[in-house]
Amino acid sequence: MTESLNDPVDHLACVELVELVTAFLDGDLDPVAERRVVDHISLCDGCDRYVDQVRQTTDVLAGLSGGAPLSDEARERLLAAFRDSIG
Amino acid sequence: MPCGSDNVGARWHADSVPPPELPPDDVLTGLLLAGDEAAFAQVVDAWSPGMRRLARVYVSTEESAAEVVQEAWLAVVQGIGTFAGRSSLRTWVYRIVANIARRRGGREARTIPAGAVGNDGGDRGDRGDGAGPTVDPARFAPAGEPDAGHWQRPPAPWPEQALLAGEVRAEVAAAVAGLPARQRVVITLRDVHGYDAAEVCSILEISAANQRVLLHRARAAVRLCLERYLAGGEEEP
Repeated sequence: MTESLNDPVDHLACVELVELVTAFLDGDLDPVAERRVVDHISLCDGCDRYVDQVRQTTDVLAGLSGGAPLSDEARERLLAAFRDSIG
Repeated sequence: MPCGSDNVGARWHADSVPPPELPPDDVLTGLLLAGDEAAFAQVVDAWSPGMRRLARVYVSTEESAAEVVQEAWLAVVQGIGTFAGRSSLRTWVYRIVANIARRRGGREARTIPAGAVGNDGGDRGDRGDGAGPTVDPARFAPAGEPDAGHWQRPPAPWPEQALLAGEVRAEVAAAVAGLPARQRVVITLRDVHGYDAAEVCSILEISAANQRVLLHRARAAVRLCLERYLAGGEEEP
């Protein structure tokens, strides 16, 4: 593990990083891309904060449901909204 | 390169307390190797908050993130002799945090090439879900400047505890309601009701890339609403 911890990687710009946040939070980045994000965050307060704020935003969103599962009716409404938006 | 380590700290935010100056990496590494307790305490104080935020990306609770940070510092102490100086020390430490947190977060490595991320417009056209940046390009230094692509107007810190307020939830609910329909449905299923990405793809019969783009745009928009709300409705200077 220690050897790979020392391997250098290409750097990302902040403007690129902010577009990778969702994939990063979902664990969907390949290892190299994820390493670039971690490296960047280690050196950049702005992106550290941006990623954390997106994650905090998801925390607030999780609180909106009040812990209640999605009712069949609510679910059907959502799916209908999605279908309608295509047509 | 990323915003240099000399940028970390108070440069952008006069209201935050500047961290004490850390010695350069080679000096710091020497001190840690020599078992200098004061130096160790200094880096622990300076870096632990950021390490906890990084860990929190992978694990689901603050407690667990704090444990990851503890474990990472132990690994740093044991492994400092293997630090080769090819990255900054802080970057090396953050890599350790990511490794430990990832293991603990129990994620399997799902590999999607980075190039595939963000290249799928998902839902272009007139529904407001189209491609394009999710953060105002004016917040980054323009091409041609030495810091091109790096924050010119980085996010300001959010007040501690502010997100617990009922008005914040109302604000976020309103922000979600105002999203284009497809983004609204995806963020509601994913973040409000906790469906995972695969479930949402299956429910809505959309591709993984499409799901991600819709979620990405939705989250960026809601974060921006929160940012504006928490800044008192004013644009940052």
